[in-house]
Amino acid sequence: MGLTSKLGELGIVTVKLEDTVNWARTRAMWPMLFGLACCAIEMMSTQASVYDVSRFGMELMRPSPRQSDLMIVAGRVTRKMAPVLRQLYDQMPDPKWVLSMGDCASCGGVFNNYAIVQGVDEIVPVDVYIAGCPPRPEQLIHGIMTLHERVKQERLEDWV
Amino acid sequence: MNPVEALQAEFGDAIQAVEEFRGEITVTVDGARIVDVCQYCRDTEGLQYNFLSDVTGIDYLPQEPRFGVAYHLYSMYQNRSLRLKVLLPGDEPAVSTVTGVYPAANWFEREIFDLFGVTFTNHPDMRRILMPADWDGHPLRKDYPLGYETVQFSFNFDEVDKFKPYAKE
Amino acid sequence: MTDIQETTIWEGDIQQLKGLVSERALAGETMVLNMGPQHPSTHGVLRLMLELDGETIISCVPDVGYLHTGIEKNMESKRYEQSIVMTDRMDYLSPMNNNLVYCLAIEKIAGLDVPERAQVIRVMLAELTRINSHLVWLATHALDIGAMSVFLYCFRERERLLDIFEIVSGQRMMSTYFRPGGIWRDLPAEFFPAVRSFLEDFPRRIEDYERLLTENPIWLDRTQGIGFLSADDAIKLGCSGPVLRGSGVNWDIRKAIPYSGYEQYDFDVPLGVHGDVYDRYLIRMEELRQSLRIIEQALARLPEGPFRSNNRKYVPPPRSELGQSMEAVIHHFKLWTEGFSLPESEVYVRIESPRGELGCFLRSDGGNKPARVHFRTPSFVHLSALPAMAKGYLIADLVGIIGTIDIVLGDCDR
Repeated sequence: MGLTSKLGELGIVTVKLEDTVNWARTRAMWPMLFGLACCAIEMMSTQASVYDVSRFGMELMRPSPRQSDLMIVAGRVTRKMAPVLRQLYDQMPDPKWVLSMGDCASCGGVFNNYAIVQGVDEIVPVDVYIAGCPPRPEQLIHGIMTLHERVKQERLEDWV
Repeated sequence: MNPVEALQAEFGDAIQAVEEFRGEITVTVDGARIVDVCQYCRDTEGLQYNFLSDVTGIDYLPQEPRFGVAYHLYSMYQNRSLRLKVLLPGDEPAVSTVTGVYPAANWFEREIFDLFGVTFTNHPDMRRILMPADWDGHPLRKDYPLGYETVQFSFNFDEVDKFKPYAKE
Repeated sequence: MTDIQETTIWEGDIQQLKGLVSERALAGETMVLNMGPQHPSTHGVLRLMLELDGETIISCVPDVGYLHTGIEKNMESKRYEQSIVMTDRMDYLSPMNNNLVYCLAIEKIAGLDVPERAQVIRVMLAELTRINSHLVWLATHALDIGAMSVFLYCFRERERLLDIFEIVSGQRMMSTYFRPGGIWRDLPAEFFPAVRSFLEDFPRRIEDYERLLTENPIWLDRTQGIGFLSADDAIKLGCSGPVLRGSGVNWDIRKAIPYSGYEQYDFDVPLGVHGDVYDRYLIRMEELRQSLRIIEQALARLPEGPFRSNNRKYVPPPRSELGQSMEAVIHHFKLWTEGFSLPESEVYVRIESPRGELGCFLRSDGGNKPARVHFRTPSFVHLSALPAMAKGYLIADLVGIIGTIDIVLGDCDR
């Protein structure tokens, strides 16, 4: 192991439980494989060879909400889709986070009309909003890292 | 074979108007005869409009007859297209379906029913297609509001925020 | 902790499905299964209701509209120039084709000329978009059937195309590059080396994909003889593009009703024989090569000259004129405050998008906003043909059949 050969016998390391749990959560956050519209294609680019989001512990996109921690709302949410989205959110086990990817999901974007929900925060609580139409993969990665920062600051007393 | 002359010779008064704009021929047909006209266009030697590209609805509000249904036919044999149009009243618009002649019309007609409220009689599956089944109204009608919501900027953040529904855990 | 709601069991009555499923389903002999709207192989938010006898599909009822964006209604409240932005977001894998069909419709009503240079650039970018779209199709189609590495390879090449789009328009996906009367701006100098190096590398990449798939026994087993559609049925159901040509019907709008000067390019239209998933795969692979040929020819014949029309009633004057000509200032002001108006008329324009016939019906009532815009989108029609294609096959083949018609739900629901 690289670390032990550098530092010798480490023995016991003392860390705060909070930090360890938060660290673990950020390092294996599995997003739900769930694309709605244009942003989903950029989300696929982020997963694919050039950007490779598995560097951030997002090796697996889980199609089942029961196995995922992070919902990336990638695209416009219609009035017809909204109940489905909420149901998916309810099916995710705690702790769970929501990334609102793109303008349409965040605020309706250019589609200010009868069919589109003006911001997915009307349906599910959102942790991080990512602007852009669609956001570049770099922006999505930035959003994910912002979420990680946020998760790292979560307090023990909030979970229990 | 000239499609307009052929149609006028065959259907006479049922052909209400013929227009040409930039090489596109529009033939307005009596709604009661549309299935016959489509059948004739498809099966007649020399016309052979075998491909239905598109069916779409138009709302001519405030004109009367208010609704229009436009059928875009294309002939792969002759390489030409034709637009048939049916004008329908604003009050309970209904026209017979052409799915028997062109099966491709099935979903287009459902879409027009959904978005314009034009009923297609004898259609095999007349349900809403794009909007939720319990939706009120027909969105593409001109008297249906766009559903615009005030956009939240920093200058009016608080005012809009008061009425904005936020989801809970 | 929130309660996990157990609402996945459908609470409706089976009798509500009368007419959509067979009598056997109502009697409880066959199983009715819901697939989607959140399912990894439906390429978005398609919902299918399947009636199964064992593993065989007896009937398939698609339910679309989960991505109905109201684009057609929204465009009626925007001026012609503003509403181009909306068209990108319909078929988000081939935005330039959507721009093109809408611009062609406006130009047809206005009688607007498009300079030669702009036409060649349009053709070049439309074909690059076709490659882009086919790459995503190949990636997801192969991924559905189980070939993971093709997905990674295709997206690697796609990034290069997106870089090219970014060079010309400043945006990776939603370029809004085509405008009525021409294009937004001239091609920057960086465009040419980027396209040339792509043209040089890409044929080898296509060979790579083909080596992975074309003779792969698993791929053959999963695609040959699946999703059969006869030529007659394909025409009756309104299929177009690779789906129609897979059944052996030689109809390509670029050849039949040429637009943007496609008649000046030399390219072949690949045709299928069997009308199954494998033939459509071969056609799309060949289309990648043909697109490269068109781009090469377009690069070679790209003429010098203006990149947009000189008709000041529809096209804004260049910046350089604003300082010198009062008339240019007036036109500029008029165009950016109230836009241009079109005479009262109705047109229908069709182009060959990567998926098939993309049509635009445009009605203007004399004002500066379209009175009615309707897009005849290939995904919508092909999806209505899905029940005919899926009937009688195994449920495991369904993902291949959905993949082969290359649907984009944004294109379908608009």
